[in-house]
Amino acid sequence: MAQNTRTVPVGTPTDVTQNHVKGGIGESTLRPDGTLKVTGEFAYSSDMWHEDMLWGQILRSTVAHAEILSIDTSEALTMDGVYAVLTHEDLPAAKNYGMEFQDTPVLAYGKVRHHGEPVALVAADHPETARRAAAKIKIEYRELPVITDEASATAPDAILVHENRDDHHSGHVPHMNIVHRQPIIRGNAAEAAKRADVIVSGEYTFGMQDQAFLGPESGLAVPAEDGGVDLYVATQWLHSDLKQIAPCLGLPEEKVRMTMAGVGGAFGGREDISMQILASILALRTGKPVKMVYNRYESFFGHVHRHPAKLWYEHGATKDGKLTHMKCKIVLDGGAYASSTASVVGNASSLSVGPYVIEDVEIEAIGLYTNNPPCGAMRGFGAVQACFAYEAQMDKLAAKLGMDPVELRQLNAMEQGTIMPTGQVVDSPAPVAELLRRVKARPMPPERQWETAGEGADVRALPGGLSNTTHGESVVRGVGYAVGIKNVGFSEGFDDYSTAKIRMEVINGEAVATVHTAMAEVGQGGVTIHAQIARTELGVQQVTIHPADTQVGSAGSTSAGRQTYMTGGAIKNSCEIVREKVLEIGRRKFGSYHPAWANAELLLEGGKVVTDGGEALASIADVLGDQSVEVEEEWRHRPTQAFDLVTGQGDGHVQYAFAAHRAVVEVDTELGLVKVIELACAQDVGKAVNPLSVVGQIQGGTTQGLGVAVMEEIIVDPKTAKVRNPSFTDYLIPTILDTPTIPVDYLELADPNAPYGVRGIGEAPTLSSTPAVLAAIRAATGLELNKTPVRPEALTGTL
Amino acid sequence: MDFLRPATWEEALAAKAEHPTAVPLSGGTDVMVEINFDHRRPEYLLDLNRIELLREWEVGEENVRLGAAVPYTQIMENLRAELPGLALASHTVASPQIRNRGGVGGNLGTASPAGDAHPALLAAGAEVEVESVRGNRFIPIDEFYTGVKRNALQPDELIKTVHIKKADGPQQYSKVGTRNAMVIAVCAFGLALHPETRTVRTGIGSAAPTPIRAKEAEAFLNAALEEGGFWDNGKIITPSIAKQFADLCSGAANPIDDVRGTAKYRRHAVGIMARRQLGWTWEHYRGSGRTLEGAA
Repeated sequence: MAQNTRTVPVGTPTDVTQNHVKGGIGESTLRPDGTLKVTGEFAYSSDMWHEDMLWGQILRSTVAHAEILSIDTSEALTMDGVYAVLTHEDLPAAKNYGMEFQDTPVLAYGKVRHHGEPVALVAADHPETARRAAAKIKIEYRELPVITDEASATAPDAILVHENRDDHHSGHVPHMNIVHRQPIIRGNAAEAAKRADVIVSGEYTFGMQDQAFLGPESGLAVPAEDGGVDLYVATQWLHSDLKQIAPCLGLPEEKVRMTMAGVGGAFGGREDISMQILASILALRTGKPVKMVYNRYESFFGHVHRHPAKLWYEHGATKDGKLTHMKCKIVLDGGAYASSTASVVGNASSLSVGPYVIEDVEIEAIGLYTNNPPCGAMRGFGAVQACFAYEAQMDKLAAKLGMDPVELRQLNAMEQGTIMPTGQVVDSPAPVAELLRRVKARPMPPERQWETAGEGADVRALPGGLSNTTHGESVVRGVGYAVGIKNVGFSEGFDDYSTAKIRMEVINGEAVATVHTAMAEVGQGGVTIHAQIARTELGVQQVTIHPADTQVGSAGSTSAGRQTYMTGGAIKNSCEIVREKVLEIGRRKFGSYHPAWANAELLLEGGKVVTDGGEALASIADVLGDQSVEVEEEWRHRPTQAFDLVTGQGDGHVQYAFAAHRAVVEVDTELGLVKVIELACAQDVGKAVNPLSVVGQIQGGTTQGLGVAVMEEIIVDPKTAKVRNPSFTDYLIPTILDTPTIPVDYLELADPNAPYGVRGIGEAPTLSSTPAVLAAIRAATGLELNKTPVRPEALTGTL
Repeated sequence: MDFLRPATWEEALAAKAEHPTAVPLSGGTDVMVEINFDHRRPEYLLDLNRIELLREWEVGEENVRLGAAVPYTQIMENLRAELPGLALASHTVASPQIRNRGGVGGNLGTASPAGDAHPALLAAGAEVEVESVRGNRFIPIDEFYTGVKRNALQPDELIKTVHIKKADGPQQYSKVGTRNAMVIAVCAFGLALHPETRTVRTGIGSAAPTPIRAKEAEAFLNAALEEGGFWDNGKIITPSIAKQFADLCSGAANPIDDVRGTAKYRRHAVGIMARRQLGWTWEHYRGSGRTLEGAA
């Protein structure tokens, strides 16, 4: 196994690549959008403007579950400046949409199923007019009992959230309020439990996290002369949107032309449709461009959240620490509409074992329909919730065995060749024990960093920070470890592909390449990486990244850590075909001048055709002349299989990713306030195409995991199913004072099946960060802490 | 919504008299949020940003005369010695951008129990100078807060100046939030030692319908300090006194359960903050004698 490992602080020199152009793969090239974003000049989707445009405004339900008795729009319609007031009766075509299930109404009809569901729609010449008009629409509801948890959802007489299901999971689920159920049975857990010297079990609760991207949902729909619409929107997957939008507009897909607008973060929250269909309907109805921008409050209702979960686990081990068996039940709350709940269930179930070897397992994961806010994709996608619980179990088991928690994990760590509970063989590097070793071997951050020379305490280094709550009193340090496993790419037999169109031509005497894909740049750095790949493959310095739109084939979703692998792979593949075509032209033109044209392995490097011996044969510019080469090709990863609905067996995943964390926290045990001092991460990234971006992704994912460990939660009232904190005043995300030092240690163990050996990197750090922080808080306080986020009340017995 | 922009204080008073429903706007850090969220749609906004005197302060013999619109950043940078409690409270206000805009007048006008300045004003001792076309009056801070988000202003009055007692001893301020910066108070506590009068004063935020003082706790501590001769002998305050003071502060709180925290936690946290601050201020008092500078 080729091992290329190093510790990389930001700013250190990077490898010199084999080709002579600058900015190829392996270099920390800077992002073209970086400076613009930092200086506030980047044009986000909310910054768009069109002459004569109208503003769209949604009226959302004020109750979570109710029959709609009447909707009266008359008063709103009479207001000056109002161009349209629409309800479900005005919808032009299909009334429902959805990614996996078409269960989501464009505008509610019959009943509303969650707090904040869109019911009516206004277009006006000013956003304030649109808001006021929306407020004048009168809706009469008859409230229904709310379904909020497993007990109320699966009661025999429970009201069905969706009465007439005909989706592909409706035939096998035990109750119509269960979206999907995925068991996995392997070996014999009951029998294996008899070999266990110790058994630990626990119930764990994971709160509802929000993606909290900073750029709210927004876009602009412009009606076109051919009766179609041009739609500019910030999204994660243009072609998935397109497939859902066109039927609701009653238009063929070619008449809905989508272009990516500036995206202000996504994290899964833009995988579902938000304002796309509604703005388009208003534009087609009024014949005018329509802009829609959610404000922060509306944004909390405008996208799906991370599934809150209840998890029950049992683990057994022999007295020397070998795991004997695992049983678990994971209940994910999908809320009122399915979104990607079924896939989240598949992930939670198939990754519930963690990065450990356990041969005998009994696993069950279900996703519920309830009247809570809809939940769907978010960074880590089902694996996050499971990791929180199985890592708590590992610590519990270590304590009971009297073993070091890291040693216990290493003793049972998965490695290349391990068979997953699904029967799938882990067939590329899985350095779980090594990642743990690396975070553990790091020197500890110094103690009592708040102490200054005679100046009193530096409160910024203490729990509570600037709020000045402690000067060191009751501050206790704790250290915790966690490691996780995440799948990369789309699983369970999904035909996942990406498309890249590459054009090579000569402009002003220089060979240049254009990369055109529909890849959503949501901040992950794809635009940087695409140029790097094109430079490396085509040996040209100048690469233009064409704006992402639907004039090229699908790039798939910017999610599941798949874009560098998939669209990167598609670009590599298309570039290889372009290269062959360029060489073919060269052979025709110049082949007779030099035998190497026919005999040698030829490459494109530094703007030239060169032999593998390094001899330059011709410049690419001379080869191409005024010709251009253009290739658009789809590219696929290895096929995967669906999981068996009874046994859960199947080669369901494309690739696995692993990360480990060590958290060092300091807790004010009297006030229950936490300061995370350091959150060190070690991760295998396969190949660091852009080392700076790798470190950024790992630090970002780590911080998002920290957020849900100590502060982030959408609080839903269990009596009314209404959201209680839809604002950044009460939904807190970490500030820079909450963000610790995050040293990153990455390994590059190539996956032979992936382009350049890459491994998806964005999600794995979000998994282990949360349980590591929880473990550290447990170590500091001695408390059990089975729920995340940890509130001060839970640390002070004041719930 | 009409936007009134008086050029002078007199014009502002006249405008407020003419339009008593006008909402004064200075930093806008409360008002603009309410308007943006459509929680409030006033007929008139009265923009006070052209009125220079509201952004001025003056350090006098006894008091600091703090213009209602002096931003928190200025308090932190310029009045740390005179108003140590308020300077500490200013540090906890939102973000640097908000601290550059917001001032104590806004906190008082909104009169939210969660306003960061209130406990510091209550502990230091202050009077709010308000004015209308009918004349001016001084409202003691203890009488200023009349209910949840209600204050003692008449509809035609504007807040002009806050007269805050200069520190004659150490002061402290703490706020509990579930984030280490930029967070609204779950609860807050302020404490000021007044060696000149041999008294202590407290302020509690976000743990009752209005900002309050823990008067019973103050009375207990005043008596205990007097009785033990602590002001003179500078001895360490006995743990039992500190504990009873903390318990009485905790008992003075009358909090609710809400999305930010439980009532039980708030009561608990008020007690912890009270005990710690008594330790910090008293340690400072013992260490540096009768300094005029607080233990910021």
